Amino acid sequence: MPAKTPLKTFALSSMVLAMGAASGAMASNGFSDDVVRIGVLTDMSGIYTDLSGEAAVEAVRMAVEDFGGEVGGVPIEVIYGDHRNRADTGASRAREWYDNDGVDMINDLSNSGVALAVAAVAEERQRHAISNSASNIGLTNDYCSPYVTHYTYDAYSLAQGTGKTIVEDGGDTWFFLTVDFAFGIGLEEQVSEVVREAGGQVVGAARHPLDTTDFSSYALQAQASGAEIIGIASTGADAINAINALSEFGVSPDQRPAALLLWYDDIVSLGLEAAQGLLLTNAFYWDADDETREFSQRFYERTGRMPNMAQAGNYSSTMHYLNAVEAAGTDDPDAVSEQMRELEINDFFASGGYIRPNGRMVHDQYLWEVKAPDESEYDYDFLRLVATIPGEEAFQPLEDSSCYLLEHNQ
Amino acid sequence: MHLRSLTWPLLIVGLLALLAVPFFPQLVYSVFIMKTLCFVLFACAFNLLLGHTGILSFGHAAFFGTGAYVTGQLVKAYGVPTELGILAGGLVAALLGAVIGALAIRRSGIYLAMITLAMSQLVFFFFLQAPFTGAEDGLQRIPRGTLLGIIDLNSDAALYYVVLGIVGAGLWVVWRTVNSPFGQVLRAIREHEPRAISLGYPVARYKVLVFTLSAGLSGIAGSLKAIIFQLAALYDVHWHTSGDVILMTLLGGMNTVFGPAVGAVIVSTLNHYLDPFGAWVTVIIGVVFMTCVLTFRQGVVGELGRLLRSRHVPKPTKAPPHASARADSQR
Amino acid sequence: MDIFGVPIQALMGQLMLGIVNGSFYAVLSLGLAIIFGVLKIVNFAHGAFFMLGAFTAFLLAQHLGANYWTTLLVAPLAVALFGMLFEWLFLRRLYGLDPIYGLLLTFSLVLVLEGGFRVAFGSSGQPFATPEALRGTLNLGFMILPMYRGFVIVAALLVCLVTWFVIERTSLGANLRAATERAELTQAFGIDVPRLVTLTYGVGVGLAAFAGVLAAPIFHVNPSMGSSLVIIIFAVVVIGGLGSIMGAIVTGLGLGVVEGFTRVFYSEFSSTIVFLVMVLVLLLRPAGLFGREEG
Repeated sequence: MPAKTPLKTFALSSMVLAMGAASGAMASNGFSDDVVRIGVLTDMSGIYTDLSGEAAVEAVRMAVEDFGGEVGGVPIEVIYGDHRNRADTGASRAREWYDNDGVDMINDLSNSGVALAVAAVAEERQRHAISNSASNIGLTNDYCSPYVTHYTYDAYSLAQGTGKTIVEDGGDTWFFLTVDFAFGIGLEEQVSEVVREAGGQVVGAARHPLDTTDFSSYALQAQASGAEIIGIASTGADAINAINALSEFGVSPDQRPAALLLWYDDIVSLGLEAAQGLLLTNAFYWDADDETREFSQRFYERTGRMPNMAQAGNYSSTMHYLNAVEAAGTDDPDAVSEQMRELEINDFFASGGYIRPNGRMVHDQYLWEVKAPDESEYDYDFLRLVATIPGEEAFQPLEDSSCYLLEHNQ
Repeated sequence: MHLRSLTWPLLIVGLLALLAVPFFPQLVYSVFIMKTLCFVLFACAFNLLLGHTGILSFGHAAFFGTGAYVTGQLVKAYGVPTELGILAGGLVAALLGAVIGALAIRRSGIYLAMITLAMSQLVFFFFLQAPFTGAEDGLQRIPRGTLLGIIDLNSDAALYYVVLGIVGAGLWVVWRTVNSPFGQVLRAIREHEPRAISLGYPVARYKVLVFTLSAGLSGIAGSLKAIIFQLAALYDVHWHTSGDVILMTLLGGMNTVFGPAVGAVIVSTLNHYLDPFGAWVTVIIGVVFMTCVLTFRQGVVGELGRLLRSRHVPKPTKAPPHASARADSQR
Repeated sequence: MDIFGVPIQALMGQLMLGIVNGSFYAVLSLGLAIIFGVLKIVNFAHGAFFMLGAFTAFLLAQHLGANYWTTLLVAPLAVALFGMLFEWLFLRRLYGLDPIYGLLLTFSLVLVLEGGFRVAFGSSGQPFATPEALRGTLNLGFMILPMYRGFVIVAALLVCLVTWFVIERTSLGANLRAATERAELTQAFGIDVPRLVTLTYGVGVGLAAFAGVLAAPIFHVNPSMGSSLVIIIFAVVVIGGLGSIMGAIVTGLGLGVVEGFTRVFYSEFSSTIVFLVMVLVLLLRPAGLFGREEG
């Protein structure tokens, strides 16, 4: 079992102790402590377990196996940890991994608070961190570093995907149902900007506390606003409750809900009956082409679920990291960082993807529409492609990034 | 008493072990111990109220979190020296404790607990809305700074000894308080409040005072945590944290001075080392707590003490002090 | 006509929705109040039992094909039985101790239940269809109310009133009240007090589960759906006055309405307002709105 139990850690640690501290020692072959160790820091037991959780760990393991289990002659090891959706727990685990356990790269990082905290630790300890399931664009702005990669999507790409396409489609008055959290408000601002730029109008917003169950009051407010589009700037249970309330109070057909961050798993739990017609921006859908189907089938066999975009991103980003290690011939973080930014990403997940100097992985994003129950022909047949948003448009232009690595900020 | 003769050797061994922590980075991770120390101070400070005065506060996260945010913001945004930042965190928390305490002690029992819960929810709302906290992203990248301008706290080892020193001083304050005339009055209030009043003690003032002290120390615990992790997060002011500290105190034993410290170590360790169990971790923690509540009600330290006492001094087991007061609800 | 810039018609609509939402609070706080009244324990697992009710209904519908009306009856009973088992096996060992131990034990139960359901069913939840017969809408003149929401009010209030009636007006209720006040004396009259206590806990958690089944078609069914409820519900009980059955029901409804209006005027504060109200009430009326002042 690749996951380390405390006892194993203990035994292993004592061995390493005899050889010298794990963190610094660089063996002659260019690989620190003769192993490339990847830590998956995720939500194993909380509200995001379906979005990342054990399946995220499995995705990383698959990548390692597909890579051949070793790189440059040293074995690759995968360990995992639970951040409990608490930034301090995540930061402390990341520190321990980097300092004591010789972890070279941390992947997943669901929950923006955790991702930012770990990004800060990664920069300080000069080790790699890749976020796949967090949305905060701070990761490629104020928190950027040569060691931090934001891979799958971010709040900006969501706004470009869902917001822009809808306005261009004629939906130009918006009302927002926003979770009163930095994530929700940030997303609302991003989309508002896109809407205004495209000539649309934001007529109002209601900000609800996290974990609101009864959205009926907000459904009435949204109705009264007369806006054509009701933007739902929340995720998980909040978004699902909001969508249900909107459909229960019959806001369509004059008004249409647009979920700004809806996961594949949310559609599973909404059911097609309630979710049909929803638009969502996702970087990946299992049923897009033969390559995604091939990967997803294998993933399904191991985990019992179809991969969402973050889990697919976990696989792809791990693969990319390992490719970079192989190309660099060492796990030295700076050399690997250089290679990661050098190499192009071409797999089932992205074609022609590349990582910008600020750590943003640029690749196409897709706008999907949820099928109606009678259009769904087989299990998990949920989405129809509406539009492809080219990577260059989907992500924040480099000149707007406040990342200190960029020339215009120096 | 044999128990007492054991106490000192144990304390000395414990202290030596704590002092040695930074030299064995592969055995224990010093940041984990620092975090645990914060909770040790938090739980012992909390128990000044619960165990020693008989006041249940269900809002102590407000003080812990306030300490963390105040220190974090002062150090990060205003460049205040770390030691002053921690002090300020403690002071502001103490002030808040005086205000909430003064309101809460006008009622007793479950009503008091509910007032503290409600006030802490208002504090939570404030920190959620305040622009500087970054809401759920947290107040991040707080610089650790230097101690007195000399010692660089970015070294984990240096910070470790500073934290150990401050927590040690805090625990000493708790211990002194409990074993002082002031502490005796507190116990008198716990055992029989009307009698304490009739003896002429200004009970209300005593309660506000101990509330303030407990809040101040809790604030310092929060401040330290903000410095250690370089972040203050919403969870620190969430009512779950208020619940956690009650849990630690009860697990360790609320009728002892340092029982809560043991409880803090247990909870912290469970949270740290159960990761390999993945999604089962919540269930496992729940079962452990359940077993503890059902089997050793006086907490680990309380039961240990009882065991030692009963082995050497054969005497009927003493019921927990609260049992007699509530015999009327016995069925 | 406008009030603070909001048309009066819209406010009427919000009032109506507040009552719907308050109906859930009423059933939940009624259950919590009964348990507290008799067991003197804050049943921290109340939200978890709410979730258990919704999930049981979901499982019955999914695997046994039970229709909604059956689940509305069976799920609360099943959860009540589970609750009684829990009381009989564990909770009763803590009677006579500081009530904080009961709180701790029920809190541990929350961890086990929520964690267990997350392991078994994942974190993102399950769809649950509104029963066929209640899919339409009602035109109330000032708003279009989905029929199911109207049904929630009727069902919730009916259950509350029946419970109130049993406790306040029947001999069973009289025994219960007697056991609450003078346990030993009641026992001496030949009444099986421990069984009465078990039954009370069953009724209390059964009510929570009933609210859960009512909520299933409109609120998302997931393992953490009840986790933030318990402190709100307990605040409702305290505001109403500990030990007052009617107080819990009326305050539950009232809180729903207050929360509803807060969502219009200061939405961010809507999950916090109950605590502000509680502080004010406790400082002005120590025994709550409907409680009796004790000596």
